[in-house]
Amino acid sequence: MANSTTDKAKAADTPKIETQPVTTMSVVVPAIAWLIPGAGHLIQKRYVRGLLLMASISTMFLLGLALQGRVYKPNGGDILDILGFVGNIGAGGLYIVTRAMDWGQGAIAHATADYGTKYLIVAGLLNFIAVADAYHIAIGKKP
Amino acid sequence: MTIQLSHFSAAILFGVFASVVFGITQRNTTREMVRYGLYCFAMFTGGVIAAGWVMWLLRR
Repeated sequence: MANSTTDKAKAADTPKIETQPVTTMSVVVPAIAWLIPGAGHLIQKRYVRGLLLMASISTMFLLGLALQGRVYKPNGGDILDILGFVGNIGAGGLYIVTRAMDWGQGAIAHATADYGTKYLIVAGLLNFIAVADAYHIAIGKKP
Repeated sequence: MTIQLSHFSAAILFGVFASVVFGITQRNTTREMVRYGLYCFAMFTGGVIAAGWVMWLLRR
């Protein structure tokens, strides 16, 4: 008897974790948003936000390529190379196309070429943030 | 196609793109997004100029 009372008190003290129901949009949106930067917002009718994200992330990635930045391949070597790959893969479709076309070899010919590599990594990381934002819109956490 | 940018223009462009994404993703209303984006851009630009002066002082 005493135990059940204690259990009830413990249950009342334990904070309830709010779980979001899994909907089609909550699964599809992050996938689309990763594959095409900004598309996660566009399919949820946030057109201005989506276009701005698409323009910013895509332009940054393409500028990185134009600056002769290096695209990291999957690797298990140096930790910075692994992190570079994690950043690059965030760009989704842009990274896949770049690898398929064998661009981004990083033939450094001038002093600011390293900016290109950083642009490529940060474009991927910014897309990760955009994916999270699109997901929050999909589950109703953000207007 | 390749392009060349100066250190300053590359850093400013970096700030523009990052500020747009930060503004949109970190705030909820349009007004707040614009304000936060401008704040981030000002911080990026200010940081670049401050870092430039620090490097100038270190070189002397």
